[in-house]
Amino acid sequence: MTRPTPETLAHSARRTRANAEPATADQVAPGTHAAASPAAPGVRQPAQISGAGSLVRSLEALGVDVVFGIPGGAILPAYDPLYDSTVRHILVRHEQGAGHAATGYAQATGKVGVCMATSGPGATNLVTPIADAYMDSVAVVAITGQVARPSIGTDAFQEADIQGITLPITKHNFLVQTPEEIPQVLAEAFHLASTGRPGPVLVDIPKDVLQAQTTFSWPPTLDLPGYRPTLHPHGKQIREAARLMNSARRPVLYVGGGVLKAGATEGLRRLAELTGIPVVTTLMALGAFPDSHPQHLGMPGMHGTVSAVYSLQKSDLIVALGARFDDRVTGKLDSFAPDAAVVHADIDPAEIGKNRHADVPIVGDAQHVIDELIVAVTTERSAVHPADLGDWWTQLDDLRKRYPLGYEEPTDGTLSPQYVIERLGKIAGPDAVYVAGVGQHQMWASQFISYERPGTWLNSGGLGTMGYSVPAAMGAKVGRPDTVVWAVDGDGCFQMTNQELATCALEGIPVKIAVINNGNLGMVRQWQTLFYNERYSNTELGTHKHRIPDFVKLAEALGCVGLRCESAADVDSTIEAAMAINDAPVVIDFVVGKDAMVWPMVAAGTSNDEIMFARGVRPTFDEDDI
Amino acid sequence: MNLHTLSVLVENKPGVLARVSGLFSRRGFNIDSLAVGETENPDVSRITIVVNAESSPLEQVTKQLNKLVNVLKIVELDPQVSVARELLLVKVRADRATRGQVLETVNLFRARVVDVAPDTLTIEATGTPDKLDALLRDLESFGIKEMVQSGTVAIGRGSRSITAGPALRAA
Repeated sequence: MTRPTPETLAHSARRTRANAEPATADQVAPGTHAAASPAAPGVRQPAQISGAGSLVRSLEALGVDVVFGIPGGAILPAYDPLYDSTVRHILVRHEQGAGHAATGYAQATGKVGVCMATSGPGATNLVTPIADAYMDSVAVVAITGQVARPSIGTDAFQEADIQGITLPITKHNFLVQTPEEIPQVLAEAFHLASTGRPGPVLVDIPKDVLQAQTTFSWPPTLDLPGYRPTLHPHGKQIREAARLMNSARRPVLYVGGGVLKAGATEGLRRLAELTGIPVVTTLMALGAFPDSHPQHLGMPGMHGTVSAVYSLQKSDLIVALGARFDDRVTGKLDSFAPDAAVVHADIDPAEIGKNRHADVPIVGDAQHVIDELIVAVTTERSAVHPADLGDWWTQLDDLRKRYPLGYEEPTDGTLSPQYVIERLGKIAGPDAVYVAGVGQHQMWASQFISYERPGTWLNSGGLGTMGYSVPAAMGAKVGRPDTVVWAVDGDGCFQMTNQELATCALEGIPVKIAVINNGNLGMVRQWQTLFYNERYSNTELGTHKHRIPDFVKLAEALGCVGLRCESAADVDSTIEAAMAINDAPVVIDFVVGKDAMVWPMVAAGTSNDEIMFARGVRPTFDEDDI
Repeated sequence: MNLHTLSVLVENKPGVLARVSGLFSRRGFNIDSLAVGETENPDVSRITIVVNAESSPLEQVTKQLNKLVNVLKIVELDPQVSVARELLLVKVRADRATRGQVLETVNLFRARVVDVAPDTLTIEATGTPDKLDALLRDLESFGIKEMVQSGTVAIGRGSRSITAGPALRAA
């Protein structure tokens, strides 16, 4: 996954301009000058153009190949030049779908995802996916129409202060003031979204700015004097980290999503194998280190493996790489990993020391950090014999053997959701992309599918957005059309955003959806089982009892193939039938039992020491060994 | 109270103050006072924030502020080597009988009378928060009808300038 720099942006701009020069002769406005070097190939004198034209030309120049959106009054001028553009516009059915599709596209490709909406309700419908992308640090640019400048602040029709609304959930946002600044703002938005710690950037453009005549020249000059992400770590900190990694007796590499975003997975593997240190990957980092690798203990946190949770909890050194000590990982913070020294490497300085004190803070891009750690550890090991990790591995291996991930077959004869997901992972294999919603099915998909490569697991980690899966899968499939994309969704999540299947059917985006239909808001029900005396207040959805909606009929009504599977014997053949269909989206309604629960579990607000392997089963740790 | 004074240099663009103040409220940081104005460079504004760092570690405040794209530079001003001032305008009851005493207090604090009415005086005073508190305590006995106070503004002592960095020239 490569990230655009100003240079590559400018390069792709020149390439795009050269390939996609419109046939109409550009009028050269007299007395104006291109912002950048006139010697750069492909750069012409500024052309007279509308603000909307300038927006679309900027998107082309930035190398955008697809935009997810819905037109409406204020953004309408932009849709006219878009009609003739090389940029593909995918007409979604709800702006939330556009936002999550842009996120899925970005996560699957490493490029910037783009969504577009009109003012007011169009823009506010983007709020959830923008917040989602912010929490998971995804490079998304959202372009919204705004009411005309003279109407701003008058409570005009479809007016909403989307810049104000999205202040806390964007990396940065812009309200474009003049048509002249459109190319620069777009270039800055893409640069901000995709560099440093990635994140969503919103560009709000008033309708009269889109309609006004202006000039267009490319590339513009970026003017971001307050934005200087630190990519290269401090050598002294790296050496100190290497010294600790060499001497620690119970070290763990705690790997977060930052490693995937930096494209540092190869380096991670080399670092892990060089040191022999156990690896845990967070929910956002699945695929950063092969699940099949013997040093991989699995996912830590609320529903992590016993060995991964224990390894952090009992470690003497945590090396955090692009992770943020989220509450779902640490459990009760006061009792998290009490004996561990912490090396915390992150590209965002504000993450370091936010939740857990860092003994060795390292600010830098994960790729540079890992590469420099490899060099420093190699040097350190040549001077000082590394600590023996034999005892540590003996303990961890014992835990892995005694407390593997697993599940019990339901005794009531119902289909086991874990079995369905496990088979799906086996049949679709490690090359497919899996996109989960939020809830029990998400956790099972994180546990029972084996992730071997980066970019094969997409989910809503930080915000926990139900409804993420279908549109994000759509975006991923658009970005990687030759890859099999499976959405693993719940019956609750699926009912929030399944309208985008109409988009998929009409636009030729053959995603596959496995609805893990347990008839309930399953994770909420699990908590009611465990913490609310089995009082199931408002978690029964009726998708079992009344078969409303009938997901097979719903799929067919949306232009998809609908399949249903209700018994273990049919699981493989149904998945295989879906795998054989490549010209239409497929939905499988897996009717599964409602009583299956996600284990292991660290209950919210409790210590990781309180991890439960299954209901009523606490793992036993041989404390004398430690 | 564990008060720290931060000088935050920001791009002089619409909405920047909202970004800064919004950050404080949503991250749960406590602002004691805030003042904003242009600098010698019209492209750069300077926000002086007095923050109560008991409730939130100062380091986290400055790191989060630094993440705002429009923030150019943050400097903590050490009270030992900086000058901090607030401005106070206060309307005090002052009739024939008490006017003399009020004026005496005004002179004592090197404040100024900026408006006179038959039964009130409006007084302007600048100084450290401590000095203005003391002035207000003295004036209270006459009867304060209305008052308004600015946030603290502060600048480092000596010839060094915090606005001379390369980032600021670029702005």
